[in-house]
Amino acid sequence: MSMTGINWHAIGAIYRFEMARTLRTPLQSVVSPVLSTSLYFVVFGAAIGSRMQEIDGVAYGAFIVPGLIMLTLLTQSIANASFAIYFPKFTGTIYEILSAPVAWWEVVLGYVGAAATKSVIIGLIILLTATFFVPLRIEHPLWMLLFLVLTAATFSLFGFIIGIWADGFEKLQVIPLLVVTPLAFLGGSFYSIEMLPSPWQAIALFNPVVYLISGFRWSFFGIADVGVGVSLGMTLVFLAICIAVTGWIFRTGYRLKN
Amino acid sequence: MPPMSPIISVSDLSKTYASGFQALKSVNLDIRQGEIFALLGPNGAGKTTLISIICGLVTPSTGTVKADGHDIATDYRTARAKIGLVPQELTTDAFETVRATVAFSRGLFGQPKDPALIEQVLKDLSLWDKRDTQIRRLSGGMKRRVMIAKALAHEPRILFLDEPTAGVDVELRQDMWQLVRRLRDSGVTIILTTHYIEEAEEMADRVGVISKGEIILVEEKTELMRKLGRKQLTLILQQPLQALPPSLAAYDLELAADGEELVYTYDTKAERTGITALLQALGEAGIRFNDLQTSQSSLEDIFVSLVKDRR
Repeated sequence: MSMTGINWHAIGAIYRFEMARTLRTPLQSVVSPVLSTSLYFVVFGAAIGSRMQEIDGVAYGAFIVPGLIMLTLLTQSIANASFAIYFPKFTGTIYEILSAPVAWWEVVLGYVGAAATKSVIIGLIILLTATFFVPLRIEHPLWMLLFLVLTAATFSLFGFIIGIWADGFEKLQVIPLLVVTPLAFLGGSFYSIEMLPSPWQAIALFNPVVYLISGFRWSFFGIADVGVGVSLGMTLVFLAICIAVTGWIFRTGYRLKN
Repeated sequence: MPPMSPIISVSDLSKTYASGFQALKSVNLDIRQGEIFALLGPNGAGKTTLISIICGLVTPSTGTVKADGHDIATDYRTARAKIGLVPQELTTDAFETVRATVAFSRGLFGQPKDPALIEQVLKDLSLWDKRDTQIRRLSGGMKRRVMIAKALAHEPRILFLDEPTAGVDVELRQDMWQLVRRLRDSGVTIILTTHYIEEAEEMADRVGVISKGEIILVEEKTELMRKLGRKQLTLILQQPLQALPPSLAAYDLELAADGEELVYTYDTKAERTGITALLQALGEAGIRFNDLQTSQSSLEDIFVSLVKDRR
């Protein structure tokens, strides 16, 4: 234990353990999500992108890049973090975490930090890959990184909550597949909200992913469906909700302790 | 010797699970510093619940626990850093190597890296040759050693072993007992649960008997073993007796089955059991018998009599 009373050794141990798990399976954890996302750039950017209209002066192939990175970021963050905490629960090795001198937020920092790190790395690799296929510009690189890191952290935390809530492999999959993926697809990955018929424009604003993608796309091209401040605000609200839920889980021992 | 301050102090600890099952009923227990304490009881008696509460896996319904003076709820960091736990179930990672998983445990419990110490722990448990092997490739016995190594990686002052020898072969059991003694000699307090009385007899300094969520007895091992060492000799008489002849008054005798049986209770651990003298005295008193049998009071009998005495 350090002088500050924070168990840094524990945070580091969990973080390293999780990163090592990722590095043991590079094909599944890194290559596969990068490849499947890059296929979109090949198809929409290099192949049929040239036949599609520009959106707000941005080539279609480039327009979809921020949305696709967000899509991968969301699904990867949730998958990484939910599996990371679900598996020790499933095998029983969670006993060690529960009996260790760690505060709940230290456990979360270790698991969520590792899951978010991995997602950010994947996001950056996808971004790099995209530049080979489509012309890309990034007007606000610091905002881009901010949205990347905040979204990865928020959805890793969301995944962590799912992993604790899930008591079977099906539940582990159901929210990412049935809720998050549709929301991400309908959240403007492939189009601008303005292109929707008017009632759907209003409905789309109830989709939290719209704010993430809009803000992220703004950091690239300076165009947005909603103001960038609103995007940032919504991301922070969702992060705060996830932190509150995680705190409640550990205080009550929900699905962790008898 | 002055009484040592308890290293674990359990006060009025109760646990009722959500199902309504009351696993612990107001348990009070002090564990002395540096002893090997065996918690003995049948399956479902509450052994694992008690350990799980002390180690932070289960939330108690009421009561408090202090580990080396630190409350496990309010001062959990200090309390838990002193405790190592080896649970009953074989639960290990699969793809990690032995050395990595043990180093992970040390970090998790707030200790800086110390490869030399990890090496020593692995060598003590005959795991050094397997240090770079994935855990899933190890045998069950080896996995249990890994779990012990993980529990020792942060140099705990208190070690809990929940059913350490369940499903363990004889050789490993001997190794484990030796290790436990070495740890005790180095100042570690050890609390182990078992439902094998031989294990308590072999290992423990003191024994606590738990049944249906209550600690019904805590005693020095030697004292308990003296009780457990009692045996009964039953003689089936040819002629029923109305009363014992005065010449046999010196023996611990009882008439049973309407005078058709004579029961003699004796101590197998005593220097003399008195059987030879008793048989001689019976012959002199003209008491003849058709048959005889002996029975040893089992742990089960002790439980039954202890529980009965309390009602």
